[in-house]
Amino acid sequence: MTPAGSIATTVKPELAALRWVRGAAAVCAKDLRSELRSKDTINASLSFALVILLLFSFAFDPGVDTVREISGGLLWLVFAFAGALVLNRSYARELVNDCLDALLSSPVSGAQLFLGKCVANFVLLVAVEVICIPVFGIFYNVNWTRHLGQLAITFALGTWALTVIGTMFSAMTVNLRLRELMLPILVYPMMIPALMAAIQLTTVLMAGNTVSADNLIWFKVLIGFDIIFTILGVSFVDTVLIG
Amino acid sequence: MNAVEVQGVWKYFGDYPALRDLTLAVPRGSCMALLGRNGAGKTTLLRILAGLSRPAKGTVTILGADTRARASRVGVGVLGHGIGVYEELSAIENLRLFARLYGVENPERTASEWLERAGLERVRDGLVREFSRGMRQRLAVARAFLHEPTLLLLDEPFTALDDRAIAVLQTLLRRARDEGRSIIMSTHQLREALELATDVALINRGRLAYTGPRTDEMLNDPGWLYRNYGEA
Repeated sequence: MTPAGSIATTVKPELAALRWVRGAAAVCAKDLRSELRSKDTINASLSFALVILLLFSFAFDPGVDTVREISGGLLWLVFAFAGALVLNRSYARELVNDCLDALLSSPVSGAQLFLGKCVANFVLLVAVEVICIPVFGIFYNVNWTRHLGQLAITFALGTWALTVIGTMFSAMTVNLRLRELMLPILVYPMMIPALMAAIQLTTVLMAGNTVSADNLIWFKVLIGFDIIFTILGVSFVDTVLIG
Repeated sequence: MNAVEVQGVWKYFGDYPALRDLTLAVPRGSCMALLGRNGAGKTTLLRILAGLSRPAKGTVTILGADTRARASRVGVGVLGHGIGVYEELSAIENLRLFARLYGVENPERTASEWLERAGLERVRDGLVREFSRGMRQRLAVARAFLHEPTLLLLDEPFTALDDRAIAVLQTLLRRARDEGRSIIMSTHQLREALELATDVALINRGRLAYTGPRTDEMLNDPGWLYRNYGEA
């Protein structure tokens, strides 16, 4: 054993806001690094999404216009189901070796933990979507690149909605025995407004149309949903985790 | 100011009161052995002190602040039943992560120094999932100590440790005590705990049965406390 000498460890004085962001970023980087090493959830989520897309492509005739009309619904249901696999592991991975206790007893707040995990989950879900959307375009003969900017915004807002709700309920169900079952049961009903908005916008954009004033309300619904549930998550996660 | 002040704390699990009107003060610089039989409430009390659980009634302050306040948590090191390190990260990545979370200056250097101190410098880039049990335990000890906490909360720290990890932990605890840090340590290993402790608290069924300085009488006869203040 190395003899115990004196290590001059000092705690950095820094701006509270900067310290807050650094803490959340450390949690996010930790989650992404762990996932990149194990690839447990990303592999499961991606293969599940691709298999479902493939199976539906056999079920529907890809040449028919009606496929484009259901494209939004099809894509978002696939992402919602595949996303549950990622979100379920978000807090559950902290149970190994009681890492959640180690994190919660550190100065990192529940809100930092929540936002750090949200960003990590968002990155993982976007990675799944970035691979699945071109595959969807090929299988279903849909040109999805016509309004790429609006499509990217729609997917970013919709994915954040899924992420923030899923991460919040992942924290709530982390200590339940049936958490794999409970998470989808809790998440999907809460997701209905955001899913409806994302489905409507995606369908319009996949059909080659631009988002008009008639459809702008769905963007507002998505933005409002994201803001409200992000604030709720940040405000209540400490109560959820500590009691 | 005391390092820890617990005032009239109750904690329930369902209808069962795990802690019953427990009042305890731990002076700064003292090393308290928290004793009691299994299920007495030691772990419940330590979890409340660590900010991992809230009491149903009563107040708890750590270093003069609420247990969930950043000011208190930055000065507390916790070593619980779980080792609290990530399997998919390397030893250095684990320590660097916690050094960052605790706001330690120069996390890289601090993590490296603690790896050396725990005798893990040769496996610094090895993933924890590939470590032996003893190596994991030493890494957990380094994680709990790396921010030089003012107060250490240790829940049965010697249980299931290998000889080398026990040696690391004993050296660090003696040094911490000599430097005037406060230590609260729950344990069933009476002799080891009493040799280190300056104060003793005994909990029976959630109630504080005894608190006071560790005496020579306790050291000479570790069973004395249980015989005089333990359950009938």
